[in-house]
Amino acid sequence: MKSLLTVLAALLLSACASPVLRGTGDLGIVIERATGSVAVVDSSAKSILGRVEGLGDLSHASAVYSRDGRYAYVFGRDGGLTKVDILERRIAKRIIQAGNSIGGAVSQDGRLVAAQNYQPGGVKVFDAETLELLADIPAAFEAGNGVRQFSKVVGLADVPGNKFAYALFDAGEIWIADLSQPREPKVTKFRNIGNQPYDGLVTPNGRHYIAGLFGEDGLALVDLWKPEQGAKKILANYGKGTEKLPVFKMPHLRGWAVAGGRAYLPAIGKHEVLVVDTTTWQEVGRIPVKGQPVFVMARPDGRQVWVNFAFPDYGQVQVIDTLEQKVVQTLAPGKAVLHMEFTPRGEHVWISARDDNRVVVYDTASFARLAELPVQNPSGIFFTSRAARIGF
Amino acid sequence: MARFPDRALAALFLCLLAPAAASAADPSPERMRELVRMVRQDCGSCHGLTLKGGLGPPLLPETLREKPAESLRYTVLLGRPGTPMPPWNAFMNEAEADWIVRQLIQGFPEETR
Ligand code: HEC
Repeated sequence: MKSLLTVLAALLLSACASPVLRGTGDLGIVIERATGSVAVVDSSAKSILGRVEGLGDLSHASAVYSRDGRYAYVFGRDGGLTKVDILERRIAKRIIQAGNSIGGAVSQDGRLVAAQNYQPGGVKVFDAETLELLADIPAAFEAGNGVRQFSKVVGLADVPGNKFAYALFDAGEIWIADLSQPREPKVTKFRNIGNQPYDGLVTPNGRHYIAGLFGEDGLALVDLWKPEQGAKKILANYGKGTEKLPVFKMPHLRGWAVAGGRAYLPAIGKHEVLVVDTTTWQEVGRIPVKGQPVFVMARPDGRQVWVNFAFPDYGQVQVIDTLEQKVVQTLAPGKAVLHMEFTPRGEHVWISARDDNRVVVYDTASFARLAELPVQNPSGIFFTSRAARIGF
Repeated sequence: MARFPDRALAALFLCLLAPAAASAADPSPERMRELVRMVRQDCGSCHGLTLKGGLGPPLLPETLREKPAESLRYTVLLGRPGTPMPPWNAFMNEAEADWIVRQLIQGFPEETR
């Protein structure tokens, strides 16, 4: 009965909402993890346009966009993949594609959506239009005891050539799946890249794929222009000689920071941001911060890098000035800051404070608090500008 | 960092090694609410908000029932070195960890809002 009412209400709402003609360049969604809904937001008006409900378990959910910026593909923990029409604010299509999923990416040509799954471990590729399954690529590997197992897949990124790069947490491998023929994927595997890769990213130009390692110091790097060179280890000894602090939440690499020829990366078990030269891939600095970094994100112009933290330091956000190479601002947006998203050109940043049930909008030049939007347990914030970026 | 003082750790080890003490009283209702929220939200970032698993394994009655509660309590308090499971002893005492493990084995309560 209740769901019938919601459906009716949604129908009425969308009926009122439909006639206005508009683009989507300044729109986005905020995941409301407790209620299984997304809020559709307008980053110019700094307002909530409406809600779309019925997306299932959205803890840890993430979203990517169709290349026309109209549809959000939302990946839920329950394995749900929901295609949301953000203009009409309704679910265009929804499937349950796995037992446990954490994210995905859209291919270079916009025709494919890939989902990375923990359970069953692997990658599934769908037609972006219809969500028809086109390819299923189990992350099978041989464990130490010779038994065939399936690994959890992390760090999936779209890379040029209609390929997807990702890492296998349990196997310590990086795979690159070529989907130029969607029903016949060709997989290149890089083995022994390091212990427990926990997430990955591709540089904004699409050339380097990097997987962060949890089980050892350092990160694994693959030059996608020269894959024959294999994977190499960078920052291999960043924790040397010091004891690791506990990590209460895994950092995320996607979203990621390259600015002025340098990459800014979260250290694991250290309250530091590591700075790497992106031509030599050598460490050139470390910036002490308040806690275990989770997201380390460059403002689109690269002048600032914003950092949020794991439990118990997640009430704060710090801003690094990339010229000065140090923290220049510490903000307290609210309890349990889970995510940050810049407006397309970076004049504002939106920050979700889960336990205060709000999203806070800051001016990135003056650090003034511009707006607060009421959102139930907000987590990820995803603007349509992601549609145009390599890696998403 | 003063947050994880060695001495507190040592003391914790000592009391863990002591013969199973009679399980202390349950946490206060308010503390219970905090713990429920913490498990759902903060443990949930690895084990899933519904505790059906993520990077960490499921924490459901079916998967935990067969395992000794004592060792699960150790896991919660001290973590599992070499895996992403971190130690939580700076944020809860032994009785609270024990309560969490008992709830997990019975089927963990939902958050009340
Ligand atoms: C950063 C990720 C992470 C967080 C946060 C986390 N865990 Fe874990 N947990 C793991 C992993 C990974 C394992 C599996 C360890 C292994 O491979 O043995 C695990 C294992 C466990 C186990 C043992 C399960 C079994 O079947 O043996 C329990 C119990 C547990 N966690 C409880 C908790 C509780 C309670 C919290 C919050 C207070 C929590 N965990 C927070 C990652 C995490």
